[in-house]
Amino acid sequence: MKKILVRKNAYYDSVFLMLASKAIKQHPGIKEAAVVMGTDVNLELLKGIGLFSGEAASAKPNDLVIALEGETPEALEEACRIAEETLKKKSQRGGEEEAYRPVSLEGALKIIPEANLVIISVPGLYAAREARGALHKGLHVMLFSDHVSVEDEVDLKERATEKGLLMMGPDCGTAIINGKPLCFANVVRRGAIGLAAASGSGLQEVTCCIDRMGGGISQALGTGGRDLQEPRLRGRMMLMGIEALKHDPETRVIVVLSKPPAEESAATVLSRLEQTGKPCVVHFLGLKPMERRGAVWFSGNMEETAAMAVALSRGETCGRSNSFAPDKDLLERAEAEAGHMSRSQRYLRGLFAGGTLALEALSLFEQEGFKIRSNMAKEPGQALQSPHRSEGNTLLDLGDDVFTLGKPHPMIDPSLREERIAQEAADPETALLLMDVVLGYGAHEDPCGPLAESVSKAKAWMAERGGYLSVVASITGTDSDFQNKAEQKKKLESVGCLVMPSNYQAALQAVHIMKQVVQRWM
Amino acid sequence: MDVKKINELFGKELKVINVGLDSFAETLRKEKVDVLQMDWRPPAGGDKHVISLLDKLGG
Repeated sequence: MKKILVRKNAYYDSVFLMLASKAIKQHPGIKEAAVVMGTDVNLELLKGIGLFSGEAASAKPNDLVIALEGETPEALEEACRIAEETLKKKSQRGGEEEAYRPVSLEGALKIIPEANLVIISVPGLYAAREARGALHKGLHVMLFSDHVSVEDEVDLKERATEKGLLMMGPDCGTAIINGKPLCFANVVRRGAIGLAAASGSGLQEVTCCIDRMGGGISQALGTGGRDLQEPRLRGRMMLMGIEALKHDPETRVIVVLSKPPAEESAATVLSRLEQTGKPCVVHFLGLKPMERRGAVWFSGNMEETAAMAVALSRGETCGRSNSFAPDKDLLERAEAEAGHMSRSQRYLRGLFAGGTLALEALSLFEQEGFKIRSNMAKEPGQALQSPHRSEGNTLLDLGDDVFTLGKPHPMIDPSLREERIAQEAADPETALLLMDVVLGYGAHEDPCGPLAESVSKAKAWMAERGGYLSVVASITGTDSDFQNKAEQKKKLESVGCLVMPSNYQAALQAVHIMKQVVQRWM
Repeated sequence: MDVKKINELFGKELKVINVGLDSFAETLRKEKVDVLQMDWRPPAGGDKHVISLLDKLGG
């Protein structure tokens, strides 16, 4: 039994609608629920779940579609009522906080003429247009939206460079400007370390490690993931970021973070860093660190990047850190974890919410000689037949579009990972779950609560079958984040999860355990 | 490369216009940042053809 309603000219943002859909779906008697704007992509999505009809066909991108499938007419009625109420509440809440919401940038600038930054998170199809408008008005831009073409990105960054403005993104999920966390960012102390990063979860991990080590952040600029990787972009925003950090008196150390860059862009960035006259630390994820070049140091992982930057900011000697050499207690714990497992348990299952965090773990496992299949794999031999089913050692970025189409990102809503944990626990070959948890603004209010529940159930299922499920995790966050890292950590530890101080150390401990697993059954 | 405007921003109080997800504006309010939420909707009812014509007219 289905019901489809279309409300003309009622626009709501995608994160709100995805969470509303989930809440309605949990109502008894409701089999499927989708509350979406009538865009082409969403209408296709409705077709895919069998909730497309004549009414939905008439919907336009400005129209809201409420599509429900229920067991009884009463359940459908109740779900409609909940949907309407949720939407009404949302409209009222907006109204209470602000007297007036302008519909155009021109209108906004009349109210707040001294505005200096525009944050844009509208659907990708419209995002470049909005960013051009903001740059035209002389405003710095943080463009959170993804699905913006490389051509548009080149054009936006050319315009920004001409005007001397920040054009962070597209796909820039996090930044810290003047101590203020923007979009998905953590509350960290202020200090002397300035970052320019082409990686969202990477920037979060490094800034949180710096905070844990007692250092602080002057500015943390995001460039968008493609800035150094895509040759046509030539690292434009990274170069501007470095230049701005060079001239910033508060910044005494510069950190650059990126996935493997295009060769030419890397050369330009390194030469520009050498000219800053400030000590710099560079981490190119997945690449072996190079030898020091003047005042430019290279680090081997994100935690080490933070450690080197903190040392330099204190005027201390900066060397490659050996602090992650195998610790006796951890090696014993690895042996004990593997010792409890049954004969069928052989494989790693990495379930990540942060793309860069997943990449760091994948790189370490590969360096250690493990064959890993992944939805991030570049080699065809390492690809999965389906990202929805693990094969052998598997490590997934659950924030990938393949998992998140029409669903909230796993940093916002833990249910995507909960389902996958249950799936992995049902597989008798699963030996170890390796996971990240990202705290901070934008992220779920209590990510470790539901995660601990899922882990506890998964461990119990495995125990019922005579096995033992090992679970290793790290938490990217600080005690100043509203979720509180210490409190979150306790929740995971209470269910027997080994929580390591950083993503790198979690991956390293997972390597130790998997080596024991391999050795045991050879 | 002229970055004067970026360095000026580093010395100023942030004043933000938020176009899109409401939650980003809510976050900034918690951090005591002056933020104005725009009531954004797809331009021209989301009609791609009309949008491209509008863009051409606007240069």
